[in-house]
Amino acid sequence: MFTALWNNVEATVAIILFGIGFTNLMLNRNMIKKIIGFDIMDSAIYLFLAAKGYIKGRQAPIVVNGIQDVEAYINPVPAGLVLTGIVVSVSVSALMLALTIRLYRRYHTLDIDEITMLSRKEEK
Amino acid sequence: MEFVQNLPFFGIVLALFSGVLCSILKRKLARAVCLGLVMAELIASFLVLLFVLRTGESYVYMMGHFPAPWGNEIRVGILEAFTALFFCAIMLLSILGGLKHIEEDLEESKENLFYTMICLLLSSLLALVYTNDLFTAYVFVEINTISACGLIVIRQTGRSLVGGVKYMIMSLLGSGLFLIGLCMIYDITGHLLMSNIKESITELAATGEYAEPLTIIIALVSVGLAIKSALFPFHSWLPDTYGFSTPASSAIMSSLVSKGYIFLLIKIIYRVIGFDVIVSNRITNVLFVFGLAGMIIGSLNALKERDIRRMVAYSSVAQIGYIYMGIGLGTVYGMAAALFHIYSHASGKSLLFIAQSGLTDANGGKKSLLDMKGVGFRNKIAGLGFTVGSLSMVGIPLFAGFISKYNFATASMYSPHKMLATLIVLAISTVLNAMYFLRTVIRIYTPTGEAAKPAESKTGPSFAVAVAVMALINIAIGTCSGPVMEMIERGLWMFS
Amino acid sequence: MSKLRKDYETTLWYRLLCFVNGEEKPQEEPEEQVRVEEDKTIAIVPEDIWAPVEEDKRQLYDMYRHWTLGRGMKLFHRLYAVFAVFICAVIIGTLLYTVSYLPSFGDAHNPDNNEVAARYIEKGLQETGAVNIVTGMILDYRAFDTLGESHVLFVAAAAVMILLRLDKGKKGNQAQAAAEENDRIYEPKNDAILQKVAKVLVPPIIIFGIYVILNGHLSPGGGFSGGAIIGAGLILYLNAFGFAKTERFFTYKTYKRISIAALGFYALSKSYSFYTGANHLESFIPKGTPGAILSSGLILPLNICVGMVVACTMYGFYAVFRKGGM
Repeated sequence: MFTALWNNVEATVAIILFGIGFTNLMLNRNMIKKIIGFDIMDSAIYLFLAAKGYIKGRQAPIVVNGIQDVEAYINPVPAGLVLTGIVVSVSVSALMLALTIRLYRRYHTLDIDEITMLSRKEEK
Repeated sequence: MEFVQNLPFFGIVLALFSGVLCSILKRKLARAVCLGLVMAELIASFLVLLFVLRTGESYVYMMGHFPAPWGNEIRVGILEAFTALFFCAIMLLSILGGLKHIEEDLEESKENLFYTMICLLLSSLLALVYTNDLFTAYVFVEINTISACGLIVIRQTGRSLVGGVKYMIMSLLGSGLFLIGLCMIYDITGHLLMSNIKESITELAATGEYAEPLTIIIALVSVGLAIKSALFPFHSWLPDTYGFSTPASSAIMSSLVSKGYIFLLIKIIYRVIGFDVIVSNRITNVLFVFGLAGMIIGSLNALKERDIRRMVAYSSVAQIGYIYMGIGLGTVYGMAAALFHIYSHASGKSLLFIAQSGLTDANGGKKSLLDMKGVGFRNKIAGLGFTVGSLSMVGIPLFAGFISKYNFATASMYSPHKMLATLIVLAISTVLNAMYFLRTVIRIYTPTGEAAKPAESKTGPSFAVAVAVMALINIAIGTCSGPVMEMIERGLWMFS
Repeated sequence: MSKLRKDYETTLWYRLLCFVNGEEKPQEEPEEQVRVEEDKTIAIVPEDIWAPVEEDKRQLYDMYRHWTLGRGMKLFHRLYAVFAVFICAVIIGTLLYTVSYLPSFGDAHNPDNNEVAARYIEKGLQETGAVNIVTGMILDYRAFDTLGESHVLFVAAAAVMILLRLDKGKKGNQAQAAAEENDRIYEPKNDAILQKVAKVLVPPIIIFGIYVILNGHLSPGGGFSGGAIIGAGLILYLNAFGFAKTERFFTYKTYKRISIAALGFYALSKSYSFYTGANHLESFIPKGTPGAILSSGLILPLNICVGMVVACTMYGFYAVFRKGGM
C-alpha cells in the first residue's frame, strides 16, 4: 500500500488536504474557517485532477512548431475540468463570504452555533 | 432530425438567458418573463414527451459538432421528458400560489432577482434531468445549489439567513464528495460521458480490476447526492431551510430541488455505474437502512413539532426516506416505486406548503398548531388543499400517496430479505404520518363556536387556482396511476 | 359519576384526544393536595433548619453551572476536537486506501490517456482552430460545461447582490447612509505613494489582462484569467482613487449592461453552434489560420465575453462587499 501511495504521491497529498478541508468545513464552528476549509477542499480536488493529467516528460498542451503528436503533450482534459471547477469554487466562496458578512452584521459573531442560538432567541 | 428534438436544448439555454434578462428588468416585467418562460418550458416538455412516446425510443442530442466520446451531449427519453414536464408544472403552480407572499416578503428592488434565481434553477433542473455528461451534471448541480440558496436567503430575515448558511454548508460537503468521486471515475475510466463510462465500468467489473476504488466511488457519489437531498442523517439543515423561507421557495425547494438530485442519482445508478454493479456492491443496502431510519425519525420529529410549517418540513425528511428506501430495495420495481414517489411527493408537498401559507395568512400569521383551530373555515380553498395534501401523505386511497405506498409494498415482495423490514417500517411510518397530519386536519376544521370570521387577508385568485390544480394533479396521479406507472416502466427500460 | 370522570381523564384515550387537539396536559389535581398537606407538616419545623440545605443546594447548583460553563465547556471542546480529528483521520484513511489502488502518477498508459485526449491533441488544431488545446477543448468540444460555468459566476453575483446590495431607491435609507459613512474610513485620503504607484501600475495590468484574453486561444490564459487580471486592476484603481472617480465610468448600470450583453451573446452563439452541430449543418463561422489572432472561429469572441463578465463580476464583488453598491 505504501509503495503504491508513494508512486502516487501527488494524489496522496491531495487526498490528505481534501480530508483536512472537508473536516474543517464540516466541524469547525467559525464561519471564516469553514470557508477556508472549503477552499482547501476544492483546491485539493483540483490538485488531484491536475496530477491525474500529467504524464512524465511531456509538454503542456499548447501546439508548438506544429507538432501534433500524442507523445508530445500531456492530457488536456483534466486541465479543462480544473479551469471550470475553479470558477465554480470562486463563485461559491464569494456567496459564502457574503452570507457571513450579513450574519456578522446582524449577530456580531462568527460562531455558527451562537448564530443559530441568537436567531432562535430573536424569533421569540 | 425533427425540430421537436431541439426543444430540450433550447429550453435549457432559454432558461439561462431569461435568468440573465430578469436581473435587469423591473419586477413586474421580470415576473412576466419568468412565468412565460416556465409556461413555454411546460409546453416544450409536453411536445418532447409526445414525440418520445410516439417514437418509443430515447435519442441523443449532440451539443456541438463532435460525436460521443469527444463532444458533450444530452439524452432524452420518456422518463426525462415526463420529469421535465412535471417539474415545470409544479414550479409554475408553486410560483402562482406563492405570488402574494413573494410580493410581501421580498424587498421591492430585489424581486426581479428572485425571478432570476427561479429561471436559473429551472435551467439547472432541466440540465440535470437531460444531461448525459457527468461533469456537466456537476456544473449544473452547483447552479442549482447557489440559486436555491438565493431563493432561501432572499427573504432576509435572521432565520432564513441561518437556514441559507446551513444549507450551503451541507451542500458544499455534498458537492465536494460528489466531485472527488467524479474525478476518481474519470481517473479509472478516462471518460466523462455517461454511456462511455458505463462501458468501461462494465468491463472493469467483469475483469475485477479497480474493484476497491469502484466501491468507494459509488459510496462517495451516493453519499454526496444523499447529503444534498437531505437523506436522514444529513437532514439537519432541512427544517430551518424550508421553515423560514418564502412559501414559494419552500415548495420549490422541497418538491423540486431535492428531487433533481435524486433523479441524478438514479441516472448515475442506471447510466454511469450500471444497476448490476451497484446491487452487487451492496451500496443499496446502506441507502435502504438510512431510508428506513429517515422514514421513522422524520415522522417522529414532525410529531413533536408545534410549528405547522416546520412540521411539513420534517415530513419531507420522512418522504425522502421513502424514496431512498425504494432505491435501496435494489430491484427495478423498487426503482419504479421510488420514481413514482418522486412525483407523488412533489405534487403533495408543494400543495401542503402553499396551502399552509394560506392557512397561516387566514390566521393572522400565527404558525403555531395551537392557534390553528377552525382556520379551515376561514380560508376554505387552503383548508381543502391542506386536507388533500395531508390525506395523500398519509396514504388514503384516491390520492397519490396511497399508490406510492402500495407500490413500495408490492416492490418489497421482489426482494425477500428486505420485505419484512420494509412492510413493518411502512406501517409504522403510515401510522405516524396519520397521527400528525390528521391531527392538524382535525384541528383546522374544529369549529371555534364563534361565527366564522372572514379571512384577515385575501389570498387572491392565483392562489386558489394553484391550490386547486395541485390538488387535482395529486388526485389525478392517484386515480390514474396506471398510465404513469407504465410510462415510468417504459422510461426505466429505456434508461439503461 | 365524578369518579368515573376522573378515571376518564387518566385514560389513554383522553390523553390522545388532548394530544390531537394540541392541548397541554391538564394539571393533575391529586398531587397538589398532597403538597398542601406536606406544607402543613413542614411549617412546624423551624425554618433555619432548611437554610444549610438550601445553601448546599445553591452551592451544588452553582458548581454544576460553573462546571458546564467552565470545565464542562472545555471538556466538550476537547471532545469535539478529538472527534473532529478522528473523523478527519477516517475520511483520509478511506480515501488513501482508495488512492493506493488508483493508476500511478505520470504513467502514459493510464486509463485516462485514451482516445479522447488523443483526438483533442491530434486534431484539435484543425477542428477548433485553437493552438491552445485546453481552450479549444473547453470552448468548443465541451462548450456546454463552460456555458454553465459562466452562469455559475453570474448566479453567484446575483445572490451576493441579494445579500449585500443596499437599496438606493428608498428615501431615508439609514443603512445606505451608514454604509457610505463607514466606507469613508477606507476611502484613500489622496495617498501620494498609492496614487503614483497605481498610476504606473493600473494601465499595464489592464493591458496585460486584455492581452491574456485576446491570446486565450494561442497561449496559456483565456477569458477567466484575463478577466480576473482586469478586475484586479480595477480594484487597485478603486483603492487608490476612490469611488468618486470609478463611478465616472463604472456603475451598477454598466455592470448590468455588460453582463447581459456578454452572456446574451454567449448563449446566442453557443446555441447557434450547438444547433448546427446537432442537426449536422455546416457552420458558417470561418476558422482562420491557426496561430493568428483572428482565428479559431467563435473562441475569440467568447473569450472576450467571458473576460468582460469576469472582470465586472470581480470588481462588483469587491464594491458590493465594501459598501453595498457600485
